[in-house]
Amino acid sequence: MNEYANTIEVAGLAKRFGDVTAVESVTFRIRQGELFGFLGPNGAGKTTTINMLTGLARPDAGTIHIRGIDCTRDPKGAQHLMGIVPDESNLYPELTGFGNLCFCGALYGMNKRHRQARARELLDRFGLADAAGRKFAGYSKGMKRKLTIAAAIIHQPQILFLDEPTTGIDVASARQIRQLIAGLNAAGTTVFLTTHYIEEAERLCQRIAFIVKGRIVRIDTVEDLMHQTEGRYVVEFAVSDKAAELCEQIQAEFPNLQCQAVANSTIRVESCEPVRVGPLVRSLEDRNAEVFEARKIRPSLEDVFVHVTGIEAGVMNKEKEKAKMGGGS
Amino acid sequence: MKPWIAFWNILAKDMRSYYLKPPNISWGLLFPLVWIVMFSIRSGLGIESLPSLLPGLVGLSILFGTTSVLSVTVTFEKKGRSFERLLLAPISLEVLMLAKTAGAILFGAVNAFVPLLVGSFLADLSNTNWATLVPAVVLIAISSTFLGLFIAVSVKEVFEAQTFSNFFRFPMIFLCGLFFPLEQLPVWLRPLSYVLPLTYGADVLHASIHRPEHMPLILDFGLLVAFCAVLFAVSLRNIRRKWIK
Repeated sequence: MNEYANTIEVAGLAKRFGDVTAVESVTFRIRQGELFGFLGPNGAGKTTTINMLTGLARPDAGTIHIRGIDCTRDPKGAQHLMGIVPDESNLYPELTGFGNLCFCGALYGMNKRHRQARARELLDRFGLADAAGRKFAGYSKGMKRKLTIAAAIIHQPQILFLDEPTTGIDVASARQIRQLIAGLNAAGTTVFLTTHYIEEAERLCQRIAFIVKGRIVRIDTVEDLMHQTEGRYVVEFAVSDKAAELCEQIQAEFPNLQCQAVANSTIRVESCEPVRVGPLVRSLEDRNAEVFEARKIRPSLEDVFVHVTGIEAGVMNKEKEKAKMGGGS
Repeated sequence: MKPWIAFWNILAKDMRSYYLKPPNISWGLLFPLVWIVMFSIRSGLGIESLPSLLPGLVGLSILFGTTSVLSVTVTFEKKGRSFERLLLAPISLEVLMLAKTAGAILFGAVNAFVPLLVGSFLADLSNTNWATLVPAVVLIAISSTFLGLFIAVSVKEVFEAQTFSNFFRFPMIFLCGLFFPLEQLPVWLRPLSYVLPLTYGADVLHASIHRPEHMPLILDFGLLVAFCAVLFAVSLRNIRRKWIK
């Protein structure tokens, strides 16, 4: 194990804005080559944490070490090691895709020949070669996001910070970006990813920290987090409608089960024992509900998140909807 | 890391994106010409009065040329968050802000030579002391640009940058001795003149073109350098305090 087995070491990080505590007592370590997820709802402190790690904000307390460099004392000291993808694509609208990449390369001291070759390589790799000569302002959201990631890795950083990289973009682009992130990590880049998409974190990350109201409530590997769901059984019933009303009645009749209406026509039933479907279906039908389907659900990271943080999945879902509509985070 | 690569590319990008755009070039040419015509007609003294008007026209061209573009572009980039990209680059804030202001300094200095060029065709400028005039133009351009930077760091919106710039610029037209000597100002206003950098620049410009200096030139130059240093240092401190919270 070398001197910098932990690429990022954060201890007791805190940040306040006036009376509002944005981040408090945040402590974690990220190993070299790890893909680390920072998962939490909007306003949880994800962007503030990234800003402190990258030198865009000063912590009120705590320490940050990046590859041994004390970034609390010397915020500029580790910036050459980092690539940063902010939560909004912030390249220059008046420059072309190629021009933006070359300019970003120059900011990291790359000479002209090197940065032009690298820009061409990245435009090819990100499927943007045909748009290389077009101005950034004319790019679609997905293209902007991809070019912003390309700009962040133009200088081949050892650490990549991604703040909500797939928020507000179409499904195909988001999928492509996830593949790119996984590829970069497989090539050895340490990745710090903030997201409020639980499935994204589950699919990509090796370890995840749940952050709520500025505090980390749990850090673990995805496997260990999923162990929490062992011994839990979940069944979803598709009913005609009035799921909320039916849910209340079922809950009263079967107090050992945990019932939840997850949509107008879906009831979710959880238990520590295998769920007996027959009595539940009969009870629903006795209440004149039509039951179309009963399916066993594999507990997900979302269930773990809800269990650990106490935040209902609905809150995260609403944020997803807002983000899809362009609300962002 | 080679900071000069970043410096040069920031400057080159700003020149292409802002200063060398046709509207800016035409504004940079038109503005001094309009002032020349306006003051020549208003003074009623004819073309022979041009040498006495030139220092004021040069000073105004630099002041307006530098402050208007820089304060707006920095505020615009800050609002669009592309300025964050610069703050995240592994270059010192000093190098970064010198690169951001270098374009405005060049633009202001080039603007200054428009009235001088026109003046050289219309009036006898053979007695002009270029050895003091050129450094004065450069120092006025630097101090005015850093004033623009100070303004950019003090505001959030682009329109505020324009309004706040005018708060400084219009009084400076009258208070800095550009078109009439400081002695003609009411006594109670004079202290204000002495805290404005353009006062010292205007004194050197007048001394270089048509009349003896009001203050020792070494003092004028020394104070201009001091104003540049203070405005740059205060702007950097404000950036660290406000933009890297």
